[in-house]
Amino acid sequence: MLTTRVIACFDVKAGRVTKARRFQDNIDVGDAAEVARRMYADGIDEVVFYDIAASPERRRADLETVRAVAENIFVPLTVGGGVRDLEDMHAVLGAGAEKISIDSMAVRDPSLVTAGSKEFGRQCMVLSMQVKRVERTGAIPSGYQVFIDGARVATGMDALEWACRGEALGAGEIVVNSIDRDGTHTGYDLEITHAVADAVRVPVIASGGAGTPEHVAQAFLAGASAAIVSSMLYSPRLERNYTVDDIKRALSDGHGLPVRPTAEAASTR
Amino acid sequence: MIDYRTGNAQSVLFALRHLGLDARLIATPQECADVDRYILPGVGAADVTMASLAERGWVEHLTTRVRAEGVPFLGVCVGLQVLFEHSDEGDAACLGWLPGEVVEFRRDRLRVPHMGWNAVVPRSDHPFARALPAAARFYFVNSYHALPSAEADVAGVTEYGVEFASVVARGNVMATQFHIEKSGPPGLALLSRFARLPAQELVPEVPAC
Repeated sequence: MLTTRVIACFDVKAGRVTKARRFQDNIDVGDAAEVARRMYADGIDEVVFYDIAASPERRRADLETVRAVAENIFVPLTVGGGVRDLEDMHAVLGAGAEKISIDSMAVRDPSLVTAGSKEFGRQCMVLSMQVKRVERTGAIPSGYQVFIDGARVATGMDALEWACRGEALGAGEIVVNSIDRDGTHTGYDLEITHAVADAVRVPVIASGGAGTPEHVAQAFLAGASAAIVSSMLYSPRLERNYTVDDIKRALSDGHGLPVRPTAEAASTR
Repeated sequence: MIDYRTGNAQSVLFALRHLGLDARLIATPQECADVDRYILPGVGAADVTMASLAERGWVEHLTTRVRAEGVPFLGVCVGLQVLFEHSDEGDAACLGWLPGEVVEFRRDRLRVPHMGWNAVVPRSDHPFARALPAAARFYFVNSYHALPSAEADVAGVTEYGVEFASVVARGNVMATQFHIEKSGPPGLALLSRFARLPAQELVPEVPAC
């Protein structure tokens, strides 16, 4: 049986981890490779980072940072930011990433998802979507709309329809990131997480809003295969940070969810 | 480390270097003079992988070195699948070093790809499998899985809708369906085991002519 997956996520700018609240007010958290190494040593199941300066600066993710992170963690690494074509994907995977996360560019050029999936396999392509609760209309029947470019630009696309289309295009995983919950530490948006997990057959990753281990458990109970955590692990803004073990224990002891126990995951290095 | 463009050789290389092992990527058989262990990593499709291997002369080279001369070999992910006779992925004829075929998971019943951490239960007394902990979890990403016809080749099994062969081993030929290089400490331990097992413990099977 597959275990639940807890994924550490951080935003990177110039090799440093930075933490925003609802896409604004960034503060410095530390060197990206060092933060990743700490997560790995603590027994995290997977790591994802976004080079948040790449797209605005019209360049691919910083390969030096990808390499520095990849060299030190022996769990899967997903990198997002600035991917515009197959060559960008080759470069990022060649620097040591396992998967490419594609977000705004997938909306602009959906054929990228298909091209990447054909070249590297579906498992390499993670479709990440930023969703915001809106009024249900004919155009947005799910009541969730897709936004791009750091949650600033509305696309007019329905989140549920985009998820299904993303799967058909060749995405191997779908990240559902709630703009409303991002940085609030009040829990994931379980409604859209559940709706997407129900509608697609590929694994769905809940993102945005986790503040406690119990929130993480709720994502899995809503049907997610994996959950992204960030602030609760390392944000200096939070009164309390949790360890990976705190989260795993809540999942396992509190809810009987299958986990990869910290005892076999943690590294003493 | 056999490097063909769609593999994830870089990650395996990082892991080997972390373990203090002397490893490098090799693009063609001509660069293999001093090689005494081969790793075939992989994230691509079976048919694409076989085509890349054939195009660069790897099939002939590996058949000689691994099958005839008994050089230790480790396949990872699709590197396990191509050891069998045939894969349904792209209807590909594969290396055929091990009898059996590769089939797809039941998409109607399961989330596919099978992606994430799953337990491996050891199944043989092959020296490689003896390094497997009782039921540790390893990181998988696969839509297809092997069905070996020779039970003795199955060195570890995993459950995902069906029980499938997640580790295979016969003599000097070893392979894991999971990403050994991305499976945390248990994966690194197993990778180290492959690299450091004395070759004389890995008695190659004489290929039938």
